[in-house]
Amino acid sequence: MNRPSLLAKMLDSLFPALLGVALLVLWQWIVTAEQIPPYVLPSPLAIAEALIANFPSLMASLFATLRVTMEAFAVATIAGIAVAVLFSQSRLAERALYPYAVILQVTPVVAIAPLILIWVGFDRVETALVLIGALVAFFPILSNTTLGLKSADFNLMELMRLYGASRWQILWRLQLPSALPYLLGALKIAGGLALIGAVVAEFVAGSGTATGLAWRIIEAGNRLEIATMFAALGLLAALGVAIFAGLSGLEYLLLRRWHESALKRPS
Amino acid sequence: MNRLSLTQVGKRFDNGTQALSGLSFDVAQGEFVSLLGPSGCGKSTALRLISGLITSDQGEIIWHGARPQMGFVFQEPTLMPWSDALTNARLPLDLQHLPRAEANARAAAALARVGLNGFEEAYPRELSGGMKMRVSIARALAAQPKLLLMDEPFAALDEITRAGLNDDLLALAQQDDITVVFVTHSVMESTYLSDRVLVMSPRPGRITADIALPTRPRDRLSREFAAAQRRVAAALLEAA
Repeated sequence: MNRPSLLAKMLDSLFPALLGVALLVLWQWIVTAEQIPPYVLPSPLAIAEALIANFPSLMASLFATLRVTMEAFAVATIAGIAVAVLFSQSRLAERALYPYAVILQVTPVVAIAPLILIWVGFDRVETALVLIGALVAFFPILSNTTLGLKSADFNLMELMRLYGASRWQILWRLQLPSALPYLLGALKIAGGLALIGAVVAEFVAGSGTATGLAWRIIEAGNRLEIATMFAALGLLAALGVAIFAGLSGLEYLLLRRWHESALKRPS
Repeated sequence: MNRLSLTQVGKRFDNGTQALSGLSFDVAQGEFVSLLGPSGCGKSTALRLISGLITSDQGEIIWHGARPQMGFVFQEPTLMPWSDALTNARLPLDLQHLPRAEANARAAAALARVGLNGFEEAYPRELSGGMKMRVSIARALAAQPKLLLMDEPFAALDEITRAGLNDDLLALAQQDDITVVFVTHSVMESTYLSDRVLVMSPRPGRITADIALPTRPRDRLSREFAAAQRRVAAALLEAA
């Protein structure tokens, strides 16, 4: 048996954790030894205290941000796949619309955010946040899925035509499965982008109306509660990691039986 | 189908390439016919014309009797990597909206006939090159074809695997009385498999020799086989 031992595996996954702990200890030590004021850089223990003290309200904010992110992600995914399928079925639609999708992508969405907020209205801020997050996350899904739908094996497509397949059968049985690895790659990017979009949108939406973690960061900054700010930041990072891990897990589940990327090779 | 006739068929592609010109041959029901020629002589184009995937711009392709159910096998196995062997073999039946239970039964039977009992749930990447090609043949058989069009199906396989698949293909075609049009550039393979070998000239392709071969079974090591092979090889050299 040439497999790494259980101990070696545990050490493998333990190593990043140990490094993290070491850095936290170093951080704590520097802050204490140098007597850095807490409004410049709070110590890890102070941040933990702030997290515990504000736990219920921070959790509420976390879930608000999570909800906006997930809704934005869902809207972007559905719209991205739908438009990519439209492109795959009609060259005309692709030629006509693709340049506008690119313009949408290259325009910094922060610049459109105030406009969207005004249009949707400050009485429906959450809708506006979802829309902004979705706009940020939309393009990678569209462009990757479009590429994936075009990457279907040409011989297989001819074979299906020879057996009398309709264009919907070809789409459903050949093009969509071919696009799946591309789509899943895009979703990992889009998940992070939806979170960024939600946070940026909340920054723009600003005072009072917003309830998510981004607003908590601004609020804590205004009050010089830097420890709370770090706590909110830590939760945002954790949320981002959770989204990425969840989507990587989905990718593994869907591709592990057949795709090259999931192949285990003897080394 | 009683007979398939191509008369003076020509095909020019959009890029100006004259792939075929004055191609004429007949295939009778139950016959095993090989199209043998150098690369780029239009063999595959001829097959695609028969399949109906492309249309000729000269001449005629005539079916005496109804257009038969066809099966297709390409040089690559062209399997769906995300589907197991059974689902791959079932593809033509799924496309015809056959009830799932019946489709599964027919696909499983087809896999069994190509010697892939017990591999129904294997994914293409878990199979060897020869086994993938067997799945590809099972998929063609599942459609219960009367005419099988094969485009260099075994060209990418090693000699031993190829010989085994040749024997199995012959047996399957004879059991079901399937007509086969087989494109190859191997003298040995065409001589071993065919009732008739049609030798094609380089582009634009047409038939330069129509060689009837002795009856089966054939022994690859026999003197008769060597002689037949030499006749085919000589015709191929003459065509080029």
